[in-house]
Amino acid sequence: MPTAKMVPLQLRYLAHARSGDKGNTANVGLIALEPEWYALLKTQVTVARVRRHFKGMVSRVERFELPNLSALNFLLHDALDGGGTISLKTDAQGKVYSTALLRMEVPVTAAVARKARKAAR
Amino acid sequence: MTGKVVRIAGGQGFWGDWLEAPVRQVRGGPIDYLMMDYLAEVTMSIMQKQRSRNPRAGYARDFVPLMERILPDIVAKGIRVTSNAGGVNPRGCAEAVLESARALGLAGKLKIGLVTGDDLLPDLDELIAAGHDLRDMETGRPLSDIRDRVLSANAYLGMASMVEALDRGAQVVITGRVTDTGLTLAPMFHEFGWDPDDWDKVAAGTVAGHIIECGAQSSGGNLLKDWRSVKGLANPGFPIVEAEADGSFVITKHPGTGGVVSVPSVTEQLVYEMGDPEAYITPDGVADFTTIRLAQAGKNRVRVSGIRGGPKTAMLKVSIAYFYGYKAVGTLVYGWPDAYDKAKAADAILRQRLKDLGLQFEQILTEYVGVDATHGRLAGPANPEAPEVQLRVGVRSTDKAAVERFTREIAPLVLTGPPSVTGFAGGRPQVEEIVAYWPALIDRTAVEPGVRVEILEA
Repeated sequence: MPTAKMVPLQLRYLAHARSGDKGNTANVGLIALEPEWYALLKTQVTVARVRRHFKGMVSRVERFELPNLSALNFLLHDALDGGGTISLKTDAQGKVYSTALLRMEVPVTAAVARKARKAAR
Repeated sequence: MTGKVVRIAGGQGFWGDWLEAPVRQVRGGPIDYLMMDYLAEVTMSIMQKQRSRNPRAGYARDFVPLMERILPDIVAKGIRVTSNAGGVNPRGCAEAVLESARALGLAGKLKIGLVTGDDLLPDLDELIAAGHDLRDMETGRPLSDIRDRVLSANAYLGMASMVEALDRGAQVVITGRVTDTGLTLAPMFHEFGWDPDDWDKVAAGTVAGHIIECGAQSSGGNLLKDWRSVKGLANPGFPIVEAEADGSFVITKHPGTGGVVSVPSVTEQLVYEMGDPEAYITPDGVADFTTIRLAQAGKNRVRVSGIRGGPKTAMLKVSIAYFYGYKAVGTLVYGWPDAYDKAKAADAILRQRLKDLGLQFEQILTEYVGVDATHGRLAGPANPEAPEVQLRVGVRSTDKAAVERFTREIAPLVLTGPPSVTGFAGGRPQVEEIVAYWPALIDRTAVEPGVRVEILEA
């Protein structure tokens, strides 16, 4: 099988997201914009990559799969400076960790990149 | 559509949500139930503090004038209300609503179901002595470590007492700490007479409750996908569950309202504050979010079906609030050119002064709003041409004097630090008491025998 040339693409073109908090843990639900991109998210947005993306900002990362919603759920531990009322952060409840994850780049085929960028316009 | 449909409307997503929403839910179209969630994790401790100063306080005060506005409508239309607005004083809350009802000429026309028994504070020492450690679910520490600083302790009750109140004819059910989802589950179990051990039905109602418990966050509010396409948010339609006897339901909103109910809008709410999706644990059962099926079923209608669940656990969650210490946050705005560099220089000067004063802090946190405050280093390098950058410094300490002194070290930077600084009109930062949250588990048999349902009449 010829390998298609891969290009980096920010997750913002492939997914939408919402985040929230439980104590000092932020959760990010990452939802494929097209159901066909869920498999790509599942393969590319791994625990190891997400941990590297948030290096220095969170400790442990957990991932859960929701194929029925074309979504992945990430738990980012120790992300909120103590969380709740203890936290001194502007984003004490992790509300915009969602878009911080969407900054991550993943390798996709040129065809996927073209389609995703076009849909975003 | 055949068969019975029960319409449950979400009216408030938190204490402080849009005041017009419940009124519009009641008047904007047919509904059978209005559910209003008021209690976030630390709300109980705020209410406990208010009650210690005034024994008649300790509940969501907004609830009473709100009920005053809608009582004539709900009595005329037979709409029933479930709410945890009672906080740490559900009886005081119920009595205030009854008083409003009488003043509106509704004497003899309103029954309130009052649920008590969630408050564990009076029995806390006995519970600890009986071997209930009430360990922090995050850190594993036993409650005895902070016993002398506990301000409130409430078990999250499930739906049973609310179902009983509805069965006994209550039109308005007022509770303290019950689960947000229970406020939606209870009307469904009351109406359909489901078996409380039918775990799939419990799971279905739990998911319905989760979707509407944050108000418009499932109907177009805070929706990231195609956010520009969401119209009419000046008058957002809050979500409504149309529940059916088989456990499936439709999420919709009243006609003529703004926002959108779509598969993406519901999905974003489903993943909000989610942990393990296969085990969404409530006092009434465990829902499996990986079984949820969503389908667009018309404009602003999403059908939700297929939900499976498992049995309830032996434990109840307890929400404990305790005094932690003090904090304060100070801000200054630095202008172009080199706004970010000026703000950084000011931060270094401030930190040196705090150090020279010998002040002890558990944490000093600096953020540059407009540069890195929410995304940290992921935001990339600062724009050297940024028109302005806000320096935001927070401190946290158990030493009140240290935090107090910090609040006096912000203003001096204006005349003794880097140039082009403004934005100090708000005055000195306030010292805030930190009341922190301690989630724990307790055997449900230690709580449930003390739960009571009373019916009060106007």
